Amino acid sequence: MKRSGMFWIFITPVLLWLVLLIFLPHLDLLLLSFRGDASWTLDNYRNFFTEPIYWLTFVRTALYSIITTLLTLILALPVALYVTKIAKPGLRGFLMVLLMLPFWVSELVRIYGWMILLRESGVLNYFLQSLGLTNQPVEMLYNDATMIMGLVYTSMLFMVIPLVSVMDSLDNSLIEAACDLGASKICIWRTIIIPHCKPGIVSGSIVVFMLVLGNYLTPNLMGGKNSLWFTEQIYNQFIASFNWNQGAAFGFLLLVLSSAIIWLGLKLTGQRLGELSS
Amino acid sequence: MIRSLPRSRAYDRSFTLFMVLYFLFLFAPLLVTCVLAFNNSDFPSLPWHGFTLDWFFSEGPKRVGIFADGENLRAIRTSFQTAVCVSILCVIVGVCAAFLFEQENFWGKELLYFLMLAPLVIPGVILGISLLLGANSIGVFFEDEFGLDLEIFRPSFWLVVFGQFSFITTFVTLVISARLRKFDRSLEEAALNLGAGPFEVIVHVTLPYLRSSIIAAGAVSFLMSFENFNTTLFLVGARPTLPINLYLQVRDGSTPVINAISLLLIVGTFLLALVNFFYNHNKNQMV
Repeated sequence: MKRSGMFWIFITPVLLWLVLLIFLPHLDLLLLSFRGDASWTLDNYRNFFTEPIYWLTFVRTALYSIITTLLTLILALPVALYVTKIAKPGLRGFLMVLLMLPFWVSELVRIYGWMILLRESGVLNYFLQSLGLTNQPVEMLYNDATMIMGLVYTSMLFMVIPLVSVMDSLDNSLIEAACDLGASKICIWRTIIIPHCKPGIVSGSIVVFMLVLGNYLTPNLMGGKNSLWFTEQIYNQFIASFNWNQGAAFGFLLLVLSSAIIWLGLKLTGQRLGELSS
Repeated sequence: MIRSLPRSRAYDRSFTLFMVLYFLFLFAPLLVTCVLAFNNSDFPSLPWHGFTLDWFFSEGPKRVGIFADGENLRAIRTSFQTAVCVSILCVIVGVCAAFLFEQENFWGKELLYFLMLAPLVIPGVILGISLLLGANSIGVFFEDEFGLDLEIFRPSFWLVVFGQFSFITTFVTLVISARLRKFDRSLEEAALNLGAGPFEVIVHVTLPYLRSSIIAAGAVSFLMSFENFNTTLFLVGARPTLPINLYLQVRDGSTPVINAISLLLIVGTFLLALVNFFYNHNKNQMV
């Protein structure tokens, strides 16, 4: 169809959406991050680098996000292998539904479930005590390990789905041949499965990393008072301190970090942003 | 190693065990939440004191079940209204965007497409604060220039709707675009040759073809909106949505009412997800 009368009907709402709700607000975020009380200033960024609590939280959030992404990958690989290569083909649809179901439920409900399982008066502690394994209840919430487990849990699906779709296209005969020629399991993983799955690993890792970096609920509810997640710093600047310019600077820094990592991941593997979504 | 190769029994068993544990990991928190909604106790914890439906139907004064809990019911209603508005808006604009990017060529298309994908990589928290700042700037401008104090530019119901709309539309656009790409354009040409106008072609030929993807995208955007927390957190006004309201309750200590609400949410989303899944499965296309 040539550029018809419909063109303007299509482009008007799209332009309104992208300019008014995406472009301008983020431009505003950038501009406000350079504003002080009355004038333009770099103070908001200077504060970030001079106050150790700010940049340490930033680094900590980035590092923990990377660790979480790696753990998610390690856990998701065998799951994807099982669904695509080991389970009976008839079971596949059922397993996929089972894998996806929990992720349709609100993140808050899932985190709440972990809280009543793990806390001091929680279900797990009840069982441990009635089995006589501990005398006193153990507080399993509010530490970094639990927080990371929660983050792995909430973002698992976004790693599993791309891995399942790339492993599907891996030809079984390659693995069979390697096995016939005497390759060990580690060797097969290293030289056949991982290289073949690279596109799925990259897109899954990027999505998981971004979701973990921008997560607020899980660190806040499972990491407790000391979770020190960067999104919490942003929230505090906005809602508690009402220092919007400082918050804007933090927000922009987080946006730069996530964009940089995504760009790097895409560059390293020669993928395009559009492919992430499919 | 894989099913076509001979494997040791130990390997098979340990892999199956791993998968059982993995599914336990996935479902344990949901299962515990659901079971404890029926425990006859004032706290969502064991030991088991017997079965009760108090946390659903009790009207107080000691225990207030969800169906008598005005605040939570209001939050559920707000979430419903938000999700309905968001999914209608998203589907309309998403269809326009799909047509625009799949069927039209224009200057700056690449740039606009990139901007359309941007919400995929912008953390929800950042989207929330940007919109809060942007709306506030416009609000201040209107107040200074025209002396108007407009509700819509302050954290409110409509700001939440626009905030969720701004990123969910990207997903809707991608789902509908994927379907539109498989469309045979000669059908449109045939309709045009037979004298239909471009608008009639879309209404009678292309949109019926897109129907299944529009329904699926609408269902997904309803769910995404209903459950959104990160973006909503910064835009919410006097009428909190359900996830925000639950968060405030969970943070300040919990009662089994939260389990009851969670149970309803879990059952509701499972049903919607299953219907959506099998609807698409029968059509032989995954969304």
